[in-house]
Amino acid sequence: MRDRKNGKLDRLKIDSLYFYNIGPVDITLCRSESIGITGPSGAGKTLFLRAVADIDDHSGNLFLDGKESREFQPNIWRREVSMLPSESSWWFDSVGEHFNNINKIWLEMLGFDYTVLKWNVSRLSSGERQRLALLRLLSNNPKVLLLDEPTANLDIKNALKVEKILTIYIVETESSMIWAGHDIEQLKRISERQFIIKKGVLQAMPEASFF
Amino acid sequence: MHIITLSPFDLSMASILLILLSLLSIQMKLGLARQIIVAGIRTTVQLLFIGFVLKALFAHSEPWLLILIACIMLLAAGREVMTRQKRKFTGWWSMGVGTTTMSISSFSITLFALTLIIKNEPWYEPRYAIPLLGMILGNTMTGIAIGLDRLTQTVWEKRMMIEARLMLGQTWTQAIGDIRRESIRSGLIPILNSMAVAGIVSLPGMMTGQILAGSPPMEAVKYQILIMFLIAGGTGLGTMAAVWMGSRRMFDERQRLSLNRLKKI
Repeated sequence: MRDRKNGKLDRLKIDSLYFYNIGPVDITLCRSESIGITGPSGAGKTLFLRAVADIDDHSGNLFLDGKESREFQPNIWRREVSMLPSESSWWFDSVGEHFNNINKIWLEMLGFDYTVLKWNVSRLSSGERQRLALLRLLSNNPKVLLLDEPTANLDIKNALKVEKILTIYIVETESSMIWAGHDIEQLKRISERQFIIKKGVLQAMPEASFF
Repeated sequence: MHIITLSPFDLSMASILLILLSLLSIQMKLGLARQIIVAGIRTTVQLLFIGFVLKALFAHSEPWLLILIACIMLLAAGREVMTRQKRKFTGWWSMGVGTTTMSISSFSITLFALTLIIKNEPWYEPRYAIPLLGMILGNTMTGIAIGLDRLTQTVWEKRMMIEARLMLGQTWTQAIGDIRRESIRSGLIPILNSMAVAGIVSLPGMMTGQILAGSPPMEAVKYQILIMFLIAGGTGLGTMAAVWMGSRRMFDERQRLSLNRLKKI
């Protein structure tokens, strides 16, 4: 581990990662840092997140707090480096059965109250599913968040709320976040660095493309 | 009590039913006439053949001969399990999962029944060993085939849900637990159903055969109860083992769902 800006420690280190036809990817995220990933549909944003979550095969090394991913039990790695898929899955009947514990403040920030836990999953709208899936993920207290279009089904008001909660979360818990999405303005709001995946290469986004 | 032996003429009389059926099929344009005749001929030839094999086997009570027959039966059953799968495993596993688990459960339960319950001398006497193994194997085969088919199909359909559970930090056994339980249950339902209706709705074939062949009903019933328990044990253990082994195969060493281990349809 080396000191970086503000003397913060590295959280996640991605070292010459290859997956499918994409690579090598070398990115280091320090604590409380977030980056944005964009690129055309089908370019491999989701595949990148899946490789980092170790849910897909890949080569190269991933380090969490200096410890290599293969030194973790697979499920422990995924609990710490946790991915939110763009479409959420629910397997029990009621919402509450999917949660171990729930943060009441976040629940209210996203426009729910405790009664949502008794709701039937089939009653949820796609936006409600997406917000609740995010809360379900955060209730595991992951150290790295891998978010695949986390606000795709939300209106602008709820999207801003989600951005706010996530920004608070990574500051309070010193977590890192990789946010994949299409909205460049949003990526600039939530992250200091942005990257683009195109034709099998992940590279820092050129300034020119903002204008 | 003596046994009324059936002459070839008696069987020909019964076969008139099949001919009648195929004539009706032609009349009603069911397109089954050929199939009915072929099935009738297959039944006759295959059963006559096994009759000769058993006759020869009973004359020479050799353990190696018994093992040979048992292995042939096992391989045929293993192949049958494989062909009944919609989504087969790739490579050796397509036949391996069913055959391995079937051999463990059927052979051990048959051996258990022969040595500890029936206690015939010698234990490999084919008159007991072959029919017992055949009944246990046949039913275990059905349970395993249903259980594995259910497993692989459900995993395929619910891959998003399984991966979502993995992403939340669940282990592979937690992520597939519900599917595994459901698969085992569906494999066990046929034998549980037939145990539930035995004697009321249906008279099991083995018992019927024994009674027709002149055994006292109570003896036939006792054997039937024994067989039912053995079949339930064999089917249950075999299905559990096959579903466990199959579900383990769906994940790699990093507990990633590996659907590339199933053949494409």
